[in-house]
Amino acid sequence: MNEVVIGTGEAVVFWILGPIALAGALGMVLSRNAVHSALWLVNTMLALGVFYVVQEAPFLGAVQIIVYTGAIMILFLFVLMLVGRDSSDSVVETLRGQRVGALLFGAGFAALVGAGTARATRDLPVEGLAAVQGGEGGAAAGNIDAIAAVLYSRYLLAFEVTGALLITAAVGALVLTHVEREAGTRRTQKELSRARFLTDRPQTLPGPGVFARANSVAAPALLPDGRVAEDSLATGIDPQEVTPMPRPTGREQLGSPDAALGALDPTVSDVPGGREGGEHR
Amino acid sequence: MSLTHYLVLAAILFTIGAVGVLVRRNAIVVFMCVELMLNAVNLTLVTFARSTGTIDGQIMALFVMVVAASEVVVGLAIIMSIYRTRRSASVDDASLLKY
Amino acid sequence: MEIVPAEGLLAASWLLIALPLAGAAVLLLGGRRTDRWGHLLGTATVVAAFLLGLACTLQLDGRRVDVDLFTFVSTGSLDVQAGLLYDPLSAVFVLLITGVGSLIHVYSIGYMAHDPRRRRFFAYLNLFVAAMLLLVLGDNYVALYVGWEGVGLASYLLIAFWHERPTAATAAKKAFIMNRVGDVGLALAIFIMFAQLGTVTYEGVFGQVGTLAGGTITALGLLLLLGACGKSGQFPLQAWLPDAMEGPTPVSALIHAATMVTAGVYLIARSAPVYDLTPTARAVVLAVGAITLLIGAIVGCAQDDIKKVLAYSTVSQIGYMFLAVGLGPAGYVAGLAHLLTHGFFKAGLFLGAGSVMHAMDDSVDMRRFGGLAPRMKVTFVTFGLGYLALIGFPFLSGFYTKDAIIEAAFDRGDGWGYVLGGVAILAAGLTAFYMTRLMLMTFFGRPRWEEGVHPHEAPSVMTAPMVLLALGSVFAGFLLVVAFPLEEWFAPVFGEPEEVEHVVAPIVVSVLVTLVMVLGVAAAWAFVGRREVPVTAPARVSPVVRAARRALYADTVNESLFMRPGQWLTRALVFVDNRGVDGAVNGLAATLGGSSARLGRAQTGFVRSYALTVLGGAVVVAGALLAVTAG
Repeated sequence: MNEVVIGTGEAVVFWILGPIALAGALGMVLSRNAVHSALWLVNTMLALGVFYVVQEAPFLGAVQIIVYTGAIMILFLFVLMLVGRDSSDSVVETLRGQRVGALLFGAGFAALVGAGTARATRDLPVEGLAAVQGGEGGAAAGNIDAIAAVLYSRYLLAFEVTGALLITAAVGALVLTHVEREAGTRRTQKELSRARFLTDRPQTLPGPGVFARANSVAAPALLPDGRVAEDSLATGIDPQEVTPMPRPTGREQLGSPDAALGALDPTVSDVPGGREGGEHR
Repeated sequence: MSLTHYLVLAAILFTIGAVGVLVRRNAIVVFMCVELMLNAVNLTLVTFARSTGTIDGQIMALFVMVVAASEVVVGLAIIMSIYRTRRSASVDDASLLKY
Repeated sequence: MEIVPAEGLLAASWLLIALPLAGAAVLLLGGRRTDRWGHLLGTATVVAAFLLGLACTLQLDGRRVDVDLFTFVSTGSLDVQAGLLYDPLSAVFVLLITGVGSLIHVYSIGYMAHDPRRRRFFAYLNLFVAAMLLLVLGDNYVALYVGWEGVGLASYLLIAFWHERPTAATAAKKAFIMNRVGDVGLALAIFIMFAQLGTVTYEGVFGQVGTLAGGTITALGLLLLLGACGKSGQFPLQAWLPDAMEGPTPVSALIHAATMVTAGVYLIARSAPVYDLTPTARAVVLAVGAITLLIGAIVGCAQDDIKKVLAYSTVSQIGYMFLAVGLGPAGYVAGLAHLLTHGFFKAGLFLGAGSVMHAMDDSVDMRRFGGLAPRMKVTFVTFGLGYLALIGFPFLSGFYTKDAIIEAAFDRGDGWGYVLGGVAILAAGLTAFYMTRLMLMTFFGRPRWEEGVHPHEAPSVMTAPMVLLALGSVFAGFLLVVAFPLEEWFAPVFGEPEEVEHVVAPIVVSVLVTLVMVLGVAAAWAFVGRREVPVTAPARVSPVVRAARRALYADTVNESLFMRPGQWLTRALVFVDNRGVDGAVNGLAATLGGSSARLGRAQTGFVRSYALTVLGGAVVVAGALLAVTAG
């Protein structure tokens, strides 16, 4: 069993990218802005992708960068843009003891697992993957060939089930985000018209500036008796002062309605039921 | 320098992700933290694959990625539909499941 | 005399019970469909039972006939055969119950004509007749007990017939509860019979009762007496009977005067072989009878309610009967003869009172009556004949039977005989006083009617039974004592009559009683007849009158001795139950509920809290793994 010695170059890469990955992780958790969190996470994932390449898994490294940073994180950002930032980004903790408990448990977990791992893998042998995927002398021609050989033989069933899982996830996402609108809920013009006639105002709303010298939206409509039609007032705009028109209105010409009627019909009506038809009482 | 460094780094990343899940309220950020934890596990798998000289660890990491992708798709869809009904993406607002 | 199995018509004597029972069932189950003819059916079943009873009695010929029906209870060593015993004693009761019952059914057709629930009334009456016949016809104590409870139920239903009146509902409850007190005694007596003798039939019990210890026989006698006191309204359980007058008047006449309340006398007479062996229990019976007949007579003098006066008169007269049967063999026949004549004249008096109430818009206050004699001639004459029979007017019913009892009391020969006889004569005078007072206040004097009351004679369907009962009141005594002596009729049951040595000559007793009676009538005339009767009862009266008005404080005694301690006990038990038993259970439940509520508070619904718990669990697992591997 030939032990592979980890070279200095790898150590240099680790000590540069390891802190970057850590910084990315911490930045993701600590930044208030969710978009910033996503960007910090991209940072960490890229560093991890490099680690995969370094650790004789170039295919996984590529997949990490393409799938994770390229697809999944973009999906995250899409949803972030759809949802928008809201008050949940506040730094104030609402659950009592949640933050302290999380830190305590986190520190304890990190200490225990880190210490345990360090102690258990102190003299872990580094077998290396040259035997299964190495270059010319290996069983397979490279990392992708080696993965494919195992994936399509020993893990074939799992691979196919994974395909089913992906399809299910896609359909599930469609179903979850689909908004059902019942057929026929959109109202036709006939129905809209009928609904309007059932209100107490079947006619169209009055336009601005009727009987007014100005036709601006700020000039309200006037009712026949000279009052302002409240319906015609535009919201958000101070109405202009209504000034009476100099020319006489129709009412002033006719005088009072009774006088007008009397002028039109001074004689006794012959029609039964007429105004003076006393003989029919 | 040994593989232990990678494993300890993965453990720390995992813990940071876990703490993030606990302290962040934005459901999308919580999801990112979960992704971070999955990535940390992937790093462990790749490291052990190298240590033992078998490719199976990498295969497992590949499956983790695929499952993570499905999970993100469904999870984000759930977040969207919750947001549509509640106008909020805070995990604390969806707290009706109690006694 | 030996008991012989039944043959011929007597074998069908179970029909006596079945007929009214079927009537009650049809009327109760038939619902409104039977409203139109229900009262006719109810009357017809009782009349048919009377005719059947008459035929059976004519065939009896001095025998004691046993009719075996079916096995009622057969479990372990307890074997109760449902059977009927038709002997001279039950025969006279059958005739009394069905005869008076028929008349009162006929009377009720008129009396209840305007009541919307008349059908139900007749159903209950039929139920009563069936239960009463079972009581007197059963050949064992269990059958008697079934009938005993049946008449109690019918009595309860009928007292509360107008249950929308709170007083009627309360009176029914009171009657039911006080009857239960007596029933406990009867039930215990039956238990003793079964435990000691292993049988409950009359034949078996009377055949073996001599083998029991003296104390047991005395206990048996006292327990039977307790049952009899409860049913017959005797001291100390007399308070329910006057209140029972809240029921319709025909009920008062049939159940609470003529038949049911005499069941106690029947029980003691039927159990004669037991009492013959225990002088102690007989002495208690005598004491109860004497005390009750005095109480009834005294209280009767002060009541203004016509039905209450008659009710206390009933209490008093049943006291006479108890006195008689307590005297032993010498008195059984006298007591039963008085029971029969009392059944006639007291039923007649109650029907007359019902007729008066009918005329006076259901008023019972005698102070508002007066001067009714010319308006209600038939009622006045029949009522008057009943009155004369009750006070012992010479040669009417009461004269023969009451004198016989007083003679029997004197015939004891010792000092107690004189005391008892004296008490009986004193009560006879009081009886004359209060009954004369009733007559004067009701039928004579100036009318004191309320506004808008127009007295009128009752319809003939009501007066006809009154006339028949009045005839019975006049002639029954003569027939039963002189013409066809009951002593010979009862010989198969109580043995041949012995020639007794009279201590006081019968003629002396009769003269004495008649004199005292005349004295009572004269006193009533002096106190009531000569003066105007005030419409409202005078408030300033002597303590004796006040005590009599309040029924000698029987209710007060019952209340302070039994009701209040019972309420305290109930309250204490309720307290213990609430605080102790319920407290323990509720406390446990509250503890569990509280702790689960506290635990439930951990379920905040915040997914991050749950995640924190999961992380905590992971830390613990990691620590445990490390500890194991490191160790």
